[in-house]
Amino acid sequence: MTILRWTPRQLAMRAPWRELDRMRRHMEGMYDALSQGVETVRHGGAGVYPLLNLCEDTDNLYLTAELPGIAPADLELSVHGESVTLRGERKIPDADKSVNYHRREREAGIFRRVVSLPVRVDQDAAKASFKDGVLKVILPKAAEAKARQINIQAE
Amino acid sequence: MTDELQARDKMTVEAEGEQTKAGPVFVPAVDIYESEEALTLVADMPGVNKENLTIDLKENTLTIKGGVPPSEDLGKVLYREYEEGDYYRQFTLSELIDQGGITAALKDGVLTLSLPKIKPAQPRRIEITS
Repeated sequence: MTILRWTPRQLAMRAPWRELDRMRRHMEGMYDALSQGVETVRHGGAGVYPLLNLCEDTDNLYLTAELPGIAPADLELSVHGESVTLRGERKIPDADKSVNYHRREREAGIFRRVVSLPVRVDQDAAKASFKDGVLKVILPKAAEAKARQINIQAE
Repeated sequence: MTDELQARDKMTVEAEGEQTKAGPVFVPAVDIYESEEALTLVADMPGVNKENLTIDLKENTLTIKGGVPPSEDLGKVLYREYEEGDYYRQFTLSELIDQGGITAALKDGVLTLSLPKIKPAQPRRIEITS
């Protein structure tokens, strides 16, 4: 809980907007503190297969997708500036004609999804890996998109 | 087959007893087909590896459990369309299965389980010698 600094009324009245602005910042801080750790899932995503998760740190963007049963050879990934295109086909080999199905829940088909990225990425340095049916793409942020640290020189 | 795949949320297991581990548990999508000789089960379990998969057949109940190790921290989440979690599904088999002949393969997050049936006793003709 934040304790607001008590300001003499006279002073507050002199700069009402500054006071409101300070309150707004406090409210935002409280809201951020409350919502921390609560991740919301966008159910259904954009309505396009596959569902994706996107994370970022200071240097990279990380895009992950669950693509079970898709051979890496049937997956096509292209990065272009601020977007990533994911296309492919999930093939389910037809079982022998003599078999009878009890359940058929898995689906086959093609997919194509384009994702807009929040920043420009270095398309030549992008890397992708596929393990246990999970695709992970590492997209290094373009130099101009990275926050630049400025060294302060002592005089 | 040129149908376009649909984006679907993973189904969570309806709570049947409490989980000891926090986090969602999902029901893997499966195909089950039967031939003269065997029952084959194919399940989508992305993120599961050999070490974290357990398949258990007790009497006629088949239980599949797949653990998904918590993923490494990739920094700030910009958006999350799917969640990661373990998989759990149970089936009751009506056929007698030859337990010793069960084979399982896991590739690209897909489990293929082959459950050979026990062959019914063959009628045997008994020759009568005079």
